[in-house]
Amino acid sequence: MRERPRAAAADGRDAASTRAWEVAATVTDPEIPVLTIEDLGVLRSAEADGDRAHVTITPTYSGCPAMDAIRDDVVLALTAAGYTRVDVDLVLSPAWTTDWMTETGKEKLRRYGIQAPTGRAAHRDGPVRVQLAVKCPRCDSLDTRELARFGSTSCKALYECRSCLEPFDYFKVI
Amino acid sequence: MSHDAHGDVTVDVLELADELAGAGGTASEEAAEYAMRLGDDALVLAQRLGAWISRAPEIEEDVALANIALDLIGHARSLLHYAGTASGRSEDDLAYFRDEPEFRSAWLFEQPNGDFGHTIARQLVAAVYLFELYGRLTASADPTLAAIAAKAVKEVDYHRDHAVQWVLRLAGGTEESRRRMIVALADIWPYVDELFRDDELHDALGEAAVRPSTLREPFDAAIAAVFAEAGLDEPRTSIARGGGRRGIHTEHLGPMLAEMQVLARAHPGASW
Repeated sequence: MRERPRAAAADGRDAASTRAWEVAATVTDPEIPVLTIEDLGVLRSAEADGDRAHVTITPTYSGCPAMDAIRDDVVLALTAAGYTRVDVDLVLSPAWTTDWMTETGKEKLRRYGIQAPTGRAAHRDGPVRVQLAVKCPRCDSLDTRELARFGSTSCKALYECRSCLEPFDYFKVI
Repeated sequence: MSHDAHGDVTVDVLELADELAGAGGTASEEAAEYAMRLGDDALVLAQRLGAWISRAPEIEEDVALANIALDLIGHARSLLHYAGTASGRSEDDLAYFRDEPEFRSAWLFEQPNGDFGHTIARQLVAAVYLFELYGRLTASADPTLAAIAAKAVKEVDYHRDHAVQWVLRLAGGTEESRRRMIVALADIWPYVDELFRDDELHDALGEAAVRPSTLREPFDAAIAAVFAEAGLDEPRTSIARGGGRRGIHTEHLGPMLAEMQVLARAHPGASW
């Protein structure tokens, strides 16, 4: 179980695998194009041996339609980088969590107008769901309210800011 | 080597579930039957919820119910894919080319959408039940079922929250919304019991499955807490006969399947 995919690549056995990681890490989310799959924590591992590459990714949500596109794009990116045999595996376990999103990724999200997950995912047996205030990505106000728990995609909720009156997306903690 | 990423490169049609490393194993006959039950529950409920798109009371609710349906389709794909490994069938074969008596879903999930209150009543029961079920199934002795459950439980947690919020809102809203919530719960309640019935499959699966009867207590406790907060009484109703796990269904499943399957059956093997 690897909690930190980037560290796993950096510690990786060889430079070849690190290179495959770096190529796969250029793939972006089709619905949030400012985020790479590395930023999202979707890229779990990459290994290379000669012209073969083996990449493991994890779905964000079970039904997320972006996964097909991401998998396509990983194959295309690695093929374009010269790998002739590319395997991409999807792993469900350990289940993806927004805790794996990188700080860089969260900052990019905010600049893109989507508030990043606030706090960390609850311990599964935790007793209470604490609703932390969600900051407006435009004006930084904490005076916001949830309009809809389920937003334009599974991963987002729709909020409005009561200070600047703008609606915004919030990337839910999961 | 082409520098045009989309030039020489051909990417095979993706069979997402085929690539699920967590689902790499081949299911035993018993595990396949169990996965089919869970997969059919998710698939049938997803189809029901999808029918709300463009019909929900507000646009946010269109989106919410569609999102929940999408999560459920994801669960159904993983579960039916795994079920199909025992018989060489794909998840599409199982979803589109089985007839009503071959479906293993419980009666609750096929109940008609009714008014919004009925859908929320069904969602409350479904989400609380699925949350307890998947939470326990993460400890399954079958690694594929455990992996699917670990993924699903986090999503179902949101579905549960959604249903609870709506029950509170409708029960504490206007006289009319409260009246309808009470009627809807009474209409749905006969179908609760079937979810918690054990049979010989659970004996055969042992630690790989969750024995349904053991979920009754946490389910009742969770529901009682919601009802207490909403000022509702648990409905006193008769218990439906059930039989979905053996392929016996209410009159509602057939028409729903006909609508769900017609396109795939009219154009077998087509992709779009």
